[in-house]
Amino acid sequence: MTKQADPKLLVDRYRLMWVIRLHEEALKVLFTQGKIGGTTHLYIGQEAIAAGVIAQLREDDYIVSTHRGHGHMLAKGGELRPMLAEILGKFTGYCKGKGGSMHIASLEVGNLGANGIVSGGLPISVGSGLSAKMRGTDQVTVVSFSDGATNEGNTHEAMNLAALWKLPVIFLFENNHYAVSTEVSRSMAGGMKNRAAAYHIPIQQVDGNDFEAVHFAAEEAIDYVRSGSGPYLLECETYRIEGHYYGDPMVYRSKEEVDAWRKKGPICRLEQALVERGILREAECREIEAEVRKEVEDAVAYAENSPEPPIESIFEDVFTEEGA
Amino acid sequence: MTRTMTIKQALNEALKEEFRRDETVIIMGCDVGVRGNPFGITLGLYDEFGPERVRDTPISEAAIVGACLGAAATGSRPIGEILFSDWITIGMDQLVNQIAKIRYMFGGKINVPLVIRAPVGAGGGQAAQHSQSFEAWFSHVPGLQVVMPITPYDVKGLLKTAIRSNDPVLFFEHKRGYEIRGEVPEEDYTIPFGEAVVRREGADVTIVAISIMVHKALAAAESLNQMGIKCEVIDPRTIYPFDYDTVLQSLDKTHRLIVTHESNRRSGIGAEIVSQVVERGFDLLDDHPVIVAGLDVPMPYNRQLEAMVIPSEEKIKNAVLKLMD
Ligand SMILES: Cc1ncc(C[n+]2csc(CCOP(=O)(O)OP(=O)(O)O)c2C)c(N)n1
Ligand SMILES: [Mg+2]
Repeated sequence: MTKQADPKLLVDRYRLMWVIRLHEEALKVLFTQGKIGGTTHLYIGQEAIAAGVIAQLREDDYIVSTHRGHGHMLAKGGELRPMLAEILGKFTGYCKGKGGSMHIASLEVGNLGANGIVSGGLPISVGSGLSAKMRGTDQVTVVSFSDGATNEGNTHEAMNLAALWKLPVIFLFENNHYAVSTEVSRSMAGGMKNRAAAYHIPIQQVDGNDFEAVHFAAEEAIDYVRSGSGPYLLECETYRIEGHYYGDPMVYRSKEEVDAWRKKGPICRLEQALVERGILREAECREIEAEVRKEVEDAVAYAENSPEPPIESIFEDVFTEEGA
Repeated sequence: MTRTMTIKQALNEALKEEFRRDETVIIMGCDVGVRGNPFGITLGLYDEFGPERVRDTPISEAAIVGACLGAAATGSRPIGEILFSDWITIGMDQLVNQIAKIRYMFGGKINVPLVIRAPVGAGGGQAAQHSQSFEAWFSHVPGLQVVMPITPYDVKGLLKTAIRSNDPVLFFEHKRGYEIRGEVPEEDYTIPFGEAVVRREGADVTIVAISIMVHKALAAAESLNQMGIKCEVIDPRTIYPFDYDTVLQSLDKTHRLIVTHESNRRSGIGAEIVSQVVERGFDLLDDHPVIVAGLDVPMPYNRQLEAMVIPSEEKIKNAVLKLMD
């Protein structure tokens, strides 16, 4: 029998995956209602990665997130209310309505920020890894990126430097096959295994839709990095179920392709395991889902009823103290 | 014969016609091929001209911009696309230290006929890393031409000139301008760089408006007209080279100058335009020039705050009223 995770942990993470999923489903509705500006990149289908890796971190560990970062934040301890408030641009949001969907950050939960620049977070993770090492702590930084980001100089420079300086950084490669319309085979030469080898960074490649596979790989990666052995690369293969942004017409791939992956979705797979092992009954699963749905609805109401940022706040936060 | 079309369609037509006219023209960028660019600017190019000339690239701005340079130096006429100009920063070394300087450094021995198309502009609720306009940065760099048109006629004619130019061009389209409609002739035409257009005549105040601000300035001028104030609205169309003659001619009549651009004010292109005008035509001015520009903050996500940061028709109107007071 393959290794199995603790039932309590499984239920906890199963619930977290629903939180992420239903948060994103709520955004679809809000977006359609015209209540969200800009673009919204949904994490649907990738929940097992945030739940398997990021939820496994300590409170004082760091994450560096991406434009598709809502799941990362929720898994690191981010709360639904200030999340949704931020995405609605409200003053009660994590960034006072100044950042929005693509720029959620909170030092309290150890999120150094989502990022509107593809690959923009990787060099930052080198710095937080360096500082943890220099301060003599055993804090770990997890930096997430997807296939599109693998071909930026930022990514290579960061991997090299983290390896050279043996920094406590986990490079979390969420290979969801697409960068907007470009399938990974049309963008990436060499593959991540070769690239990791080139920098002497150990790599594990796992099925990113299999929660337990991700979880055990993450435990190993975190132990390795926390013990001071240097960076680690974790590649989780998954699929971007939604369009690049909500509303993307997706002319570049077939419905069959998407449907095939939908059947391999991480939540239904974990649910199946829970039921088969007798940890939860089907009805209990539905109860959890319904409970989470209520929590999300409550947070949406909170966000919708929250105040807009005051006009004076336009000039605040540029510097620690206002200049001339 | 003329037809009415959108800026988006006019850009698409210009690209197709130049691709047909000159087979050394190629385009590369993220999602320009199969997807036809997320704004639809390159739709149909991939099908007509094939994957060799219409190249989807990985997300690698430094390599996209640099590859344009290498290809341009050796016989191609490349167009590089950066979907939002904010990310041009990643290709900055290639643009500023390589593309802009190569011809000069090498004593005029290498030509760099390339175009970088990079949509600019705010107003979409996309926050600080998806809303910027960098025309001032690039016009500061000797060796780069900077083009910023905002009507279908102009984008088509100027994109053709840009593609045929033997020197590098930054071509800035405004994201909120793609659906603007206007007349475009069927025949082939080009528009020379460095020729401004007077969009509306008036004897009281000259408003020099950049890109999307042209349309806001025209709206402000229309409403001021009802109050008896006649604004002259000038669209420079190209930032470098810049047509100061048209501005000075206008000031000879109005003696009052307002410059407006969406990007933030500090060290913006407005400061350069004002300083050139003051130096060349100080005696023409009856009052100090006024700049109506974006506020000096990163773009906030919240839509109400964003709307306050971006200069509006209202702000232009108020500036005119204050000048006329
Ligand atoms: C430097 C930069 N280039 C291009 C973009 C536009 N862009 C935003 S997300 C994206 C695709 C990213 O793909 P990937 O890294 O695989 O992340 P995913 O969307 O799959 O999560 C692109 C091209 C950007 N935001 N930043
Ligand atoms: Mg991807």
